[in-house]
Amino acid sequence: MNFQRADDTDTANALEIKGISKAFGRFPALKNVSLQAKDKEFLALLGPSGSGKTTLLRVLAGLEQPDAGEVRFAGEDFLALRVRSRKVGMVFQHYALFRHMTVAQNIAFGLTVRKRSEKPSKSEIADRVADLLQLVQLEGLDKRFPSQLSGGQRQRVALARALAIEPKMLLLDEPFGALDAQVRRELRRWLRELHDRAGVTTVFVTHDQEEALDLADRVAILKDGELIQLGTPNEVYEHPATPFVFDFLGQACRMAGVVENGRLRIADWESDAPAGAPEGPVEVFFRPDEVAFAPVDGAGLAAEVRGVAQRGPDVRIDCVIEGETMELQAHGPSLPPGVTTGLSVRIKPLRPQVYAAG
Amino acid sequence: MNPTVRLPGLAPLFLALTLLVLGVLIVFPLGVVFQQAFAKGFAAYLEPLTQPDALAAIRLTLTVAAISVPLNAVFGVAAAWSIARFEFKGKSLLVTFIDLPFSMSPVVSGLVWVLLFGAQGWFGEWLLDHDIKIIFATSGLVLATTLVTLPFVARELIPLMQDQGADEEAAALTLGAGGWTTFWRVTLPNIKWALLYGVLLCNARAMGEFGAVSVVSGSVRGLTTTLPLHVEVLYNDYEFVGAFAAASVLAGLGLVTLVLKTILEWRHSGELSASRRH
Repeated sequence: MNFQRADDTDTANALEIKGISKAFGRFPALKNVSLQAKDKEFLALLGPSGSGKTTLLRVLAGLEQPDAGEVRFAGEDFLALRVRSRKVGMVFQHYALFRHMTVAQNIAFGLTVRKRSEKPSKSEIADRVADLLQLVQLEGLDKRFPSQLSGGQRQRVALARALAIEPKMLLLDEPFGALDAQVRRELRRWLRELHDRAGVTTVFVTHDQEEALDLADRVAILKDGELIQLGTPNEVYEHPATPFVFDFLGQACRMAGVVENGRLRIADWESDAPAGAPEGPVEVFFRPDEVAFAPVDGAGLAAEVRGVAQRGPDVRIDCVIEGETMELQAHGPSLPPGVTTGLSVRIKPLRPQVYAAG
Repeated sequence: MNPTVRLPGLAPLFLALTLLVLGVLIVFPLGVVFQQAFAKGFAAYLEPLTQPDALAAIRLTLTVAAISVPLNAVFGVAAAWSIARFEFKGKSLLVTFIDLPFSMSPVVSGLVWVLLFGAQGWFGEWLLDHDIKIIFATSGLVLATTLVTLPFVARELIPLMQDQGADEEAAALTLGAGGWTTFWRVTLPNIKWALLYGVLLCNARAMGEFGAVSVVSGSVRGLTTTLPLHVEVLYNDYEFVGAFAAASVLAGLGLVTLVLKTILEWRHSGELSASRRH
């Protein structure tokens, strides 16, 4: 297959995935997926379970062979390399620490299995382990066994073990999946710093949109084995390519509407259609907190407030719009005075996204 | 781990029944074996065990076990690894076949070798022409024993390896380890106690097997009698003290196995398959 070599300078350690397909029996896990990651980029593979994101990660690691397609890293044909020659640091969802080895032995594993000619001396290995333990802030735990560590500590050991081989690329499978919410948020920041310091291209799999948007340089959204959208967190959040992406990236309110001559009509409310909106019957999506409230004689969708509930800084407003119950949100001070239970108001979606219906 | 519950109503009755059955069927007969063996004193007990035929039987038993147990250990690891790690057509059929020796009468396990390698068997003539003896010889005993004990190791390892999953091995590969290194440094250490457990049970059965070996043995005294067959030969010859002495060796072997098995279950319960955990 003829493969155009990309510009050398800024793609030195770039990852190029082209037309990857993989089926397990009759179940297609990946369908013609193509995407790229730049050198030192932090790329998130985001999708619901069964979207093929983990399969794609395992293809990159060499743990699965795709049925079709190409993977190149720094211009090299990655699929021709065996797992052990790829030098990717992989962190498994459940960490896969060697249960019969101590923390230090786990971290040193990748160095001790090298060919004799490439194997560092015992003292070099010990130094490297000590450095890595410091990096992941686990000094003093080197003699513990994995079963004696907390989830967060295990995850950091798994990271240190992956980093020990000085990987060309880091692959993380749901790195926070098995941790509780508090630890998760702390580790997220820390992981991002670690990535920036280590300076390796990182691909991580997650089903948590908040995590992906918060951490990644770019997000690839997968569904049913297909790549739906690839872009920066801002791009994908502000301009979701499909209703699925809109829905998946956050809470969504949806309504039916019509676009005619550049005007969007929902029920009895009409406004300028967003740029690039398709003509004809459409589905309109908006975020429950991106709405403006107006008095009943103003412009907007007629709505009846059914309930208002304060939850910390947020206010949940249950409305009935066009006969359908919707849950809107407002954040503290922005709640317009006068929005109370039983009141009729007008609601204006501030930034509706419009997709062709059907 | 299991919560202790006060035994309700009928339970003491069931408990008593269990103890009674255990006592009558296991403890009492076992006591009789040792009582009979030592009936005429310690010297009389040792005497039949030092007879050339008895020593030959012990040696043969050890030889057969020393060959068939390692064979089964290798087979068990290989079978468990392929079943726990790979998806392939006919997998459940393979699992069923591994269990077959458990559900089949040991006599059949012996008889198949006679049908294949006996003088009237499929390969009988060819073997005769080439002067190879399988039936009524050590190799026949090994074959029969190996077949009977085939499931022991594999059955211990399959659930454990399925439970542990392949992630650790995959991690080792991504860290640069080759297949053999991964096997010796990751796979084997993770299953070592379960493997030992399986080998222990396999060994106990290999040394104690009667039915299958009796078919292929021909019971030539001092040549093809293993310890269990030796017991029968002596018993049929009305040499009761000798028979019970030999039997006590087998019973002692069983008790040692039981102790080792209990130690394993107690010390390494986390590394045995779930069904063995306490």
